[in-house]
Amino acid sequence: MLCFIKRYRFFISIITLGLGLVWIVVSARGMDLSDKTNPAPQRGFLAPDFTLRNLNSDDVRLSNYRGYPLIVNFWASWCPPCQAEMPTFLKIYNEYKPRGLVLLAVNTQEDRSRALNFVQSHSLTFPVLLDINGTVSDRYRIVSLPATFFINKAGFIDEVAYGGPISEAFLRVQVEKLIQETP
Amino acid sequence: MLPILHLGPLAIQTPGLIILIGVWIGMSITERHATRYQVNGGVLSDLIFISLIAGVIGARLAYVIHYSSAFTNNPISLISLNLGLFEPAWGLIVGLLVGGFYGWRKRLSYKASLDALTSGLAIFAISYHLSQFASGDGYGSPSNLPWAIHLWGLSRHPVQIYAALVDILILCLVWPRPAWFQATGQRFVVYIALNAGERLFLEAFRGDSVFWGNFRSAQVIAWLILALCFWTIGKIKVKQGEVPEDKASAETI
Repeated sequence: MLCFIKRYRFFISIITLGLGLVWIVVSARGMDLSDKTNPAPQRGFLAPDFTLRNLNSDDVRLSNYRGYPLIVNFWASWCPPCQAEMPTFLKIYNEYKPRGLVLLAVNTQEDRSRALNFVQSHSLTFPVLLDINGTVSDRYRIVSLPATFFINKAGFIDEVAYGGPISEAFLRVQVEKLIQETP
Repeated sequence: MLPILHLGPLAIQTPGLIILIGVWIGMSITERHATRYQVNGGVLSDLIFISLIAGVIGARLAYVIHYSSAFTNNPISLISLNLGLFEPAWGLIVGLLVGGFYGWRKRLSYKASLDALTSGLAIFAISYHLSQFASGDGYGSPSNLPWAIHLWGLSRHPVQIYAALVDILILCLVWPRPAWFQATGQRFVVYIALNAGERLFLEAFRGDSVFWGNFRSAQVIAWLILALCFWTIGKIKVKQGEVPEDKASAETI
């Protein structure tokens, strides 16, 4: 068989390349947007919508922030990297809030008092939402904390960061990208 | 999908762990196969290690240069462990350049070295696609086939598994054996051609393809690489005095 391949290498090459061209044409199609508009917690997909209560018991819906650069951060008070990165989030939030940045910090499966204690002790000023039952965390496939989703003005996830504490430089770069993107 | 592996208090990022295992096994196999191609296995392992380190540093430096203003306010981020702070393409370029320079300084035969690296690269390719399966990256297009997996809200082709299986087949085909590859450098070129063919075929089943108009860019690039490989294979001939692979193995024994 090796001798056959070596002897007819040129013809095998031409046939293979020809079939390759045919396959490129056969498998060509336009962008299938229906796949990307299917919500999923992954880069390039529409961010799954949710409604949670904040610390004042007001309902907050994610899709209401369409048109704004948005960060959704999942955290818990017992999580050391979450604690370590909160000052960074606070700094960036205060700096970019005038430019439209929205930051939603979703507390995962803790009661209101524990979350409130944490917010007060760290002087957090951005909205904190309570995912007491873990329903939203499940929808976003959160298996470790912290997890941060960067969502653009069109509602699509631009970047996902698992683990922490998140670097200020990375946070700043992602926020700048979100702000400068046109929907 | 298994993005995180919980071992007691530890939460390990599974894709990274799979990549590390692939690199480790690949380096071990490369060092073992190096003697078949009259290449010093230790030097080749050092080349891989140095290239990896250079690639990581290069990828980080490229990111810092690209987004320098972000680091001005927070220089400590320069040494952050955040995996998002890398430019992978530049890391690859820097790694290849540094590796090439190191190989030149050590007077390694580049064709023989590439042949020796082939098995290791094939093993790394397997681990790469398995890591994509663990992370959910490189996902497939929607499918109703019985073996479709549910990922990102839809049933999809398990294209990462397709790729890993093809990679295993490629590894078997390029595994060193007497008489298959007569000329030095041929084994590596054949490996590249097989990989290009794999990408050309499997890209049609991916859901995250980048399009140039109506055509998948990865398929076009793979086709061009395949054509280049066919042309190169025709040019590689056994040089006078060159010891074919089977005789080299016999001499080593």
